[in-house]
Amino acid sequence: MSQQVENLIKKDYAAGFHSAIESDTLPPGLNEEVVRFISAKKGEPEWLLEWRLKAFRAWQEMEEPTWAHVHYPEIDFQSVSYFSSPKSMADKPKSLDEVDPELIATYEKLGIPLHEQEMLAGVAVDAVFDSVSVVTTFRAKLEEAGVIFCPISEAVHRCPELVQKYLGSVVPQKDNYYAALNSAVFSDGSFVYIPKGVRCPMELSTYFRINEMNTGQFERTLIIADEGSHVSYLEGCTAPMRDENQLHAAVVELVALDGAQIKYSTVQNWYPGDSEGKGGIYNFVTKRGLCHANAKISWTQVETGSAITWKYPSCILKGDNSVGEFYSVALTNNCQQADTGTKMIHLGKNTRSTIIAKGISAGRSNSAYRGLVRMNPGAEGARNFTQCDSLLIGDRCGAHTFPYIESKNPSAVVEHEATTSKVSDDQMFLCQQRGLDAEKAISMIVNGFCREVFKELPMEFAVEAGKLLEVSLEGSVG
Amino acid sequence: MLSVKGLHAKVEDNDILKGLDIEIKPGEVHAIMGPNGSGKSTLGNILSGRPGYEATAGSITFKGQDLLEMDTEERAREGLFLAFQYPVEIPGVSNMEFLKASVDAKRKHAGLEPLSSVEFMKLARETSKRVDLEANFLKRGVNEGFSGGEKKRNEIMQMMLLEPALCILDETDSGLDIDALQVVADGVNSMRDGKRSFIVVTHYQRLLDYIVPDYVHVLAGGKIVKSGDKSLALELEAKGYGWLEGEVA
Repeated sequence: MSQQVENLIKKDYAAGFHSAIESDTLPPGLNEEVVRFISAKKGEPEWLLEWRLKAFRAWQEMEEPTWAHVHYPEIDFQSVSYFSSPKSMADKPKSLDEVDPELIATYEKLGIPLHEQEMLAGVAVDAVFDSVSVVTTFRAKLEEAGVIFCPISEAVHRCPELVQKYLGSVVPQKDNYYAALNSAVFSDGSFVYIPKGVRCPMELSTYFRINEMNTGQFERTLIIADEGSHVSYLEGCTAPMRDENQLHAAVVELVALDGAQIKYSTVQNWYPGDSEGKGGIYNFVTKRGLCHANAKISWTQVETGSAITWKYPSCILKGDNSVGEFYSVALTNNCQQADTGTKMIHLGKNTRSTIIAKGISAGRSNSAYRGLVRMNPGAEGARNFTQCDSLLIGDRCGAHTFPYIESKNPSAVVEHEATTSKVSDDQMFLCQQRGLDAEKAISMIVNGFCREVFKELPMEFAVEAGKLLEVSLEGSVG
Repeated sequence: MLSVKGLHAKVEDNDILKGLDIEIKPGEVHAIMGPNGSGKSTLGNILSGRPGYEATAGSITFKGQDLLEMDTEERAREGLFLAFQYPVEIPGVSNMEFLKASVDAKRKHAGLEPLSSVEFMKLARETSKRVDLEANFLKRGVNEGFSGGEKKRNEIMQMMLLEPALCILDETDSGLDIDALQVVADGVNSMRDGKRSFIVVTHYQRLLDYIVPDYVHVLAGGKIVKSGDKSLALELEAKGYGWLEGEVA
């Protein structure tokens, strides 16, 4: 790091960040000094600081997008604190007894094992704790296979050439407003590299690094699957985060080199706000994957949380014969709003994509599917199949579908099917006549509606997703 | 088992039942016949607590309890079963999952542990054989893509699994060919054990050749205008309902 930068940081400490040094939390506000501070805190190399600054400058010139079908008061980006180091072990609850009982009750409903509950609630874990050794075992096994799986801040030092080569290669800094913001201030996230021809020996999950996950609302994930390799990655904790109304702007980049396969599954259950729409996460996430020849990227997501979801996991099918898939369940209840979908950009010959999107709206919520299928001139013989189904529960919610289809190659085939249905009174009556209560009936009908997507999830996740829907739908029947 | 007194009921502001009385003892099979629009289906819907059907006067006692005070699912758990005339589809929910949930709900109500998946699977397979449905029906979505006959047999299978105290068959014979009718009737007859009661709502006397009732009631104009034994059904078959019109007030 240059002397100049160091001086600058020192100067800033004296000027604005005095309190920050003690608490390791920056006061609210965003400017170039904040970006430099974050970079310095992480001991980043010069190139990465420059990369962040470039993003920050671009962000300043950009405008917040307003095209999504969501409504919220203007976000004051200057009122957000952009760096808060993880709380020290001393500040954390010592045991589950000190954790909010309502939170524990929710975990129990979800059937999350006790030791995971402790992790999720941020209970300080020490060396005695089971999962620590578990994590170590996994790490050894992964290293044996040559797989790199670590926080991105660590990867910057461990394999700088990979990070430098691929960071921003799929989602450039200027891609969109939130991606630019993330690029400037990202706190941490996961980094995965699977070497050539390696089939990752286990499913990678953020569960294993749950402690590191507390680092922030601006995660950056980068997954590189080298030629012919396979990896399945599970993201997100399935428990509610009791966060305040706050901004979460993550970026996920996937690179599948020739013949590689990446399966990325998400169960997102950030805090959705209360039944009156107070609080909850604003989830503005950019996720995109790049497929080289014969590669395949499959996104599966179950979105039940957040006050606002703005998210379009996408595939750029650059290589010939590459395959993109998107399976999604988005459930909104109470006052939640979701505008989610995907983009399938077909560049290569004989590329194929499948989109199955299921939207469920209950309460006063609004859910929108927004999807783009683009067949570029070179996409000879490309095919897409899209099916989006909406299910309404009650009569105060809304479901919207915004499909965009651009075909510039006459040999490409695009199919789109859409349906909207309601949970019918007859279905409810059948269930109740067979002894099921209304909530069980709704959750069963909704689970059935989502079956096509759930079957794409890894088994354990599918079970959790089903339970999660049940919890999320609570109170949706009057 | 069931005692209905002076029941008046309406559906969307239309008065359908106008003072219906019926008394059913354990083990009895009662057939309810009557012309279209006489309120036959309304009776089953009122008894099972279908939303939109409202009892405006009279009383219904089921196993000594005030039925009208009970929720739909509570009535079901207490042993009241309605075999639907038009069973609806629930796409994506497997028959097995649905059946297990209902059986578990009923067992829980009775203070019993839920059956293990293995126990239930075995029971469900045996039961599906009794109604001549192949075991793969259990894996398919509830009524999803079932033929009319398969749907009705599925209803009977549910009835067998739930072992209700009172079974109401709402025109279960409509749309059934003779073979399916035989299967359904055999299923019902196998469940007659001297304790379980049945209300068989039907248009035609044909079904009653297979399920022989203890009593036959004619419902017309919202009340029971004539009651008798099995021979009444034959008489109706021969003479139609016209001769009873005079009995309708």
